[in-house]
Amino acid sequence: MGSTETTTEAVAKTDDLAGLEAGLDALDAVQVRRTPVREVLLRKVLPPLVAVGLVLVVWQLLVWARVTDEYKLPPPAAVWDSLTTMWLEGTLLDVLWTSVSRALLGFVMALAIGTPLGLLVARVRFVRAAIGPILSGLQSLPSVAWVAPAVLWLGLNDSMMYAVILLGAVPSIANGLVSGVDQVPPLFLRAGRTLGATGLRGAWHVVMPAALPGYLAGLKQGWAFSWRSLMAAEIIASSPELGLGLGQLLENGRNNIDMPGIFLAILLILIVGIAIDLLIFSPLERAVLRRRGLLVKS
Amino acid sequence: MATTFAKAEDRVAVSHAARIEHVSKSYPGPTGQQLVLDDISLDVAPGEFVTLLGASGCGKSTLLNLVAGLDRPTAGSIETPGGRPALMFQEHALFPWLTAGKNIELALRLRGVPKNDRRGEAERLLELVRLTGAYGKRVHELSGGMRQRVALARALAQDSDLLLMDEPFAALDAITRDVLHDELTRIWRETRLSVLFVTHNVREAVRLAERVVLLSSRPGRIAREWEIGIPQPRRIEDAAVAELSVEITEELRGEIRRHGQH
Repeated sequence: MGSTETTTEAVAKTDDLAGLEAGLDALDAVQVRRTPVREVLLRKVLPPLVAVGLVLVVWQLLVWARVTDEYKLPPPAAVWDSLTTMWLEGTLLDVLWTSVSRALLGFVMALAIGTPLGLLVARVRFVRAAIGPILSGLQSLPSVAWVAPAVLWLGLNDSMMYAVILLGAVPSIANGLVSGVDQVPPLFLRAGRTLGATGLRGAWHVVMPAALPGYLAGLKQGWAFSWRSLMAAEIIASSPELGLGLGQLLENGRNNIDMPGIFLAILLILIVGIAIDLLIFSPLERAVLRRRGLLVKS
Repeated sequence: MATTFAKAEDRVAVSHAARIEHVSKSYPGPTGQQLVLDDISLDVAPGEFVTLLGASGCGKSTLLNLVAGLDRPTAGSIETPGGRPALMFQEHALFPWLTAGKNIELALRLRGVPKNDRRGEAERLLELVRLTGAYGKRVHELSGGMRQRVALARALAQDSDLLLMDEPFAALDAITRDVLHDELTRIWRETRLSVLFVTHNVREAVRLAERVVLLSSRPGRIAREWEIGIPQPRRIEDAAVAELSVEITEELRGEIRRHGQH
């Protein structure tokens, strides 16, 4: 470098260091690459489609082979006919909406109760000792068990449905938050304290954002529990005043010995559960994890 | 028995950036109270760079935590007249939910810097650690050396007179560590900060410090001190650095050997 002759040695040395550092940074920098759409389609979308296709083929083969009576195992086409009939009658969307709106509203209520409850259990030692074990125990209690008392307490109405959803989903959401808070690395808490984030400021700036991934995992599970609980409630407690939801659709199929209707109801319940997770919770979770560099590329 | 932080506006010209007086620390252990630090007295002068050197179990990190106010001494007192000291860890401890720039801005915000001034100040600090353009980068997009430089910028954002460093370069590769030594020396000379730097690496201690303090282990006591007169900027491979390192290493090994002799 010709310019070094006119500058002092010290400046030249600093320039050297800057150049060296820039070189190291360029060599060490982590390349973050987003997977191209084609690859996503090929690796993530194609395999489940192939699996579903295989199931349909096997199903149809079993029907052709006449392994059992047709009223026990209807062909896929019969289920498809049930679906199109419901669509043409205009009842399909109503049925779906009845159940989905109940489950989502119940989930939002569970969220409003489970979040403060989780914070309380995570942060207050006495509360944790008192109800922590019960809360995690409740998760393993099938929410269908709550249907009987809920019907007797509240009668055959929507409140009873929401009660069952809450009893099913609140423990999951609260527990998710508790484990999220428990898994906050102590280093973050120490770093926060040295920066002056103590007390409420520490909770707001450090504990809550650090606990977010665990909380989201709890929400995901909470949704699954909401949906399951609601279906249990709808199947057991069917009454004309409650309106026709997916659970009642299933129960009606049983009463009418309408196997295509039963298959359709089961498939719809499954599809709604997967769709809400795929459309709401998974993208949310992935966005949070990607921002933090926690999404492992396989 | 107290750690006191003075308010920034109360800062006056003082003879020390940190004064550690007769500090002892013990923790409850399996066989009663376990003494970790025994009667440590140490002053760090304003603008001075001191390294604390010792083997495992000398309580050097415990001492740093006490000075940082993260823990309280069992006996003795610690004064840091320049306010709450900044602390850097072996792990970068940057918050992964924030970008590099926002990590620094959080430190500024917690210090009370007005919203409008934060962005500019964060960019100035990134420039100081030569990471211009890293403002919007996520922590996982940075290399180990870059993360530690952002962590240094965040520590500097606290605007404390005293910077505590707990083996901040121990997890880096040798080439990066060497570059960061140069960088830290440059920044220390530019900012005239007082630094208390903990390490178990003798060469690193001699390379960086004006004064090296050797701690004995279990319990930690001050065993010996060396004033390092070698002019800065030094290099880790300088003959003078190597020579003094040999002497200090001998002393350190002597301290370690004592523990095998019961």
